[in-house]
Amino acid sequence: MRIQSLKNLEGMKKKGLRSLYPDETKVMVGMATCGLATGAKEVFEALKKEAEKRKQKILVTKTGCIGFCSREPLVDVVQKERPRITYGEVDAKKVPGLLDDLSEGKVSKEWVVGKMTEDECLAEGSKRRYFEGEEPEETREIPSYDELSFYKKQKKIATRNCGFIDPESIEEYIARGGYFSLHKVLTDMEPEQVIGDIKKSGLRGRGGAGFPTGLKWEISRKSRSGTKYIVCNADEGDPGAYMDRSILEGDPHTVLEGMIIGAYAIGASEGYIYCRTEYPLAIEELSIAIKKAREYGLLGKNIMGSGMDFDIKISEGAGAFVCGEETALMASIEGKTGEPRMRPPFPSESGLWGKPTNINNVETWANVPVIIGRGGDWYSKIGTKESKGTKVFSIVGKINNTGLVEVPMGITLKELVEDVGGGIPNNREFKAVQTGGPSGGCIPKSLLQLPVDYEELAKAGSIMGSGGLIVMDDETCMVDVAKYFIGFLEDESCGKCLSCREGTERMREILEDITEGRGKEGDIELLESLAAVVKDVSLCGLGSTAPNPVLSTIQYFRDEYEAHIKEKRCPARVCRALVQYRIDPEACTGCRACLTVCPEGAITGERKKAHVLDRKKCIKCGACVEVCKPDAIIVE
Amino acid sequence: MISNPGKISSIIESFGAAGGSLISMLQEIQAEYHYLPRDALVLIAERTGLPLSQVFSTATFYNAFSLTPRGKHLISVCLGTACHVRGGPKITDKIGRELNVEAGATTDDLQFTLETVRCVGCCALAPVVRIDEDTHGHVTQKKVPAILKKYARGDKQDEDTKPQES
Repeated sequence: MRIQSLKNLEGMKKKGLRSLYPDETKVMVGMATCGLATGAKEVFEALKKEAEKRKQKILVTKTGCIGFCSREPLVDVVQKERPRITYGEVDAKKVPGLLDDLSEGKVSKEWVVGKMTEDECLAEGSKRRYFEGEEPEETREIPSYDELSFYKKQKKIATRNCGFIDPESIEEYIARGGYFSLHKVLTDMEPEQVIGDIKKSGLRGRGGAGFPTGLKWEISRKSRSGTKYIVCNADEGDPGAYMDRSILEGDPHTVLEGMIIGAYAIGASEGYIYCRTEYPLAIEELSIAIKKAREYGLLGKNIMGSGMDFDIKISEGAGAFVCGEETALMASIEGKTGEPRMRPPFPSESGLWGKPTNINNVETWANVPVIIGRGGDWYSKIGTKESKGTKVFSIVGKINNTGLVEVPMGITLKELVEDVGGGIPNNREFKAVQTGGPSGGCIPKSLLQLPVDYEELAKAGSIMGSGGLIVMDDETCMVDVAKYFIGFLEDESCGKCLSCREGTERMREILEDITEGRGKEGDIELLESLAAVVKDVSLCGLGSTAPNPVLSTIQYFRDEYEAHIKEKRCPARVCRALVQYRIDPEACTGCRACLTVCPEGAITGERKKAHVLDRKKCIKCGACVEVCKPDAIIVE
Repeated sequence: MISNPGKISSIIESFGAAGGSLISMLQEIQAEYHYLPRDALVLIAERTGLPLSQVFSTATFYNAFSLTPRGKHLISVCLGTACHVRGGPKITDKIGRELNVEAGATTDDLQFTLETVRCVGCCALAPVVRIDEDTHGHVTQKKVPAILKKYARGDKQDEDTKPQES
């Protein structure tokens, strides 16, 4: 069926609403990559099998990632006249109990994460209650989603559908207001009006650099050329960031709708999604979404009967971090090695095959349908003066509530780490948060009150980047972290510029010397002067930002560098060459756990007597520390 | 020598002659053989008219391509930042010791290739190891032997992607 009119779209919406809120009991399993990695597929299959065996009528469907990754696998239950209940850490063994509860109308409180009493369809600005009248007694004590510290401060725009719809169902996307913005654009708005609305919203590129999106579109619109391209950058190579993957896996249609609206505004006829090969599920979900959109006349010739032609192809990356840089990305789509080139000319004037090309990142595109649906004014009221809207962050590392969160710009790092992230596990102390991936920097505890927006992060010597927040505790060595990032960039440098190719290598060598006890006076200054050269002389963003993690760790954690160099000591006890293992005879219970895992036979001792570790044999692999229950292995 | 040059020819032909498809072409050949045989690269250059140097430069630039044969099972240990700070390097060492192979190399029996990759985007489950299509989260050194055993046995049907109970 092709969607040609508002009536068609409304018809699809009705169908989608029936599948989102069916009459029978519906169980949704979060099956994005993170869910699958913790066993969501088994849960899904066990639910189907067990329900069939019992002849229990339930609908088992899949959904994307709602963001609470530390509680995966997550299962949601939607029943008539009841709030929606989310269960966490569900495994196949819990399935029979869960089904018992469903048939008896009970709720197993110990597995519950939270409940939702209503659902917000953000793109159309409506809310839908899960039940009318009084709440059933069994669910009254369950904490509401918006009261949970993890969700309280969140506002979901780009990730509004992730964990709510089946990513393969175009009807469910439409039911939550999807493709209505496209219809509005095609029937009611001139391209200039669309660009005006995006400009008014204040949306800035969520790929990291924060260039105003509306302005970028305007430049592309003004380029005179018969052929223009739209590109979605889904290369997400920043280690520690995975919001693009979650959006593509959980809500691929929002990216397509954003791109079609962009194509209309700019006057483009072809689009590419450049997706990294490390994301096979994202590529699969995108392919299904593109196929469905074509079937329904939302892609291809004469979109929604408006006369507009536009189609999208997927271009699969092949594992090169530098291809996230737009000129390298375009070279890669053209089938060449992904080497960046000089700008200008900018892609909006001369991009893919020399034609004007507009590149935006996944999260940027995902915001577009909501901005059009609710208006630029509405969007611009969220966030700070210079940074509007929300930003999706992945909070990972040494933090209790690991996951994906979408919060208004301007939230402080402290709120993100302590409230949303739930603080540091194992009673350790917060040390730093790394933002912006390899191009970013480490922000120390003293700056935790910093409001998060593009300008404030830059002032602190870091960047927004794609939104990875890696939380580090006092057991993280900052020199090791700097070495890690420089090593990463040395590997991923395309090699075109000498400063980046040789500079990162030399910096890594110096950092390696420092972490292995060969550091000498003057190394810090040498790193700083090398950093200045690499920064100034390299062509693309990879090289010009490569020294950031080194510079920011020197700026805030110089004492740690000095301890390594002058005292040959690693304060965080991470650098292998500078630490020793020993067993505390007082604490050791003689359980033999360490002895069995030690690969070198370095630990000896009898049951129930304190064990001894032979330092000559010890390779410091840490296997013993991992299994020692009384924490008797001391690293010093 | 390639065992089935006809297969490669048909992959190349399915793309036509456009240079833009070079990466996809290499990806399909790699999917078929688990590496890029030298003869295949020569054949691509001949059929598409692209200089052999360009085919080689693309084949060696991207991490996903390998010019040497790889094992039946590909182990990718994630070394993204979250995995790094949560012990990814130690997991790499442990797997290396278990299989007696260095990162980047293949076991003598061609069963496993051990690789390190930069972020598979499962940072919340760090440290993460991906083996073939399965992602294992919260891996510890202790869990490594049990995980590897399943692939060594070859009965992947029973494979559960859930982390083992410690």
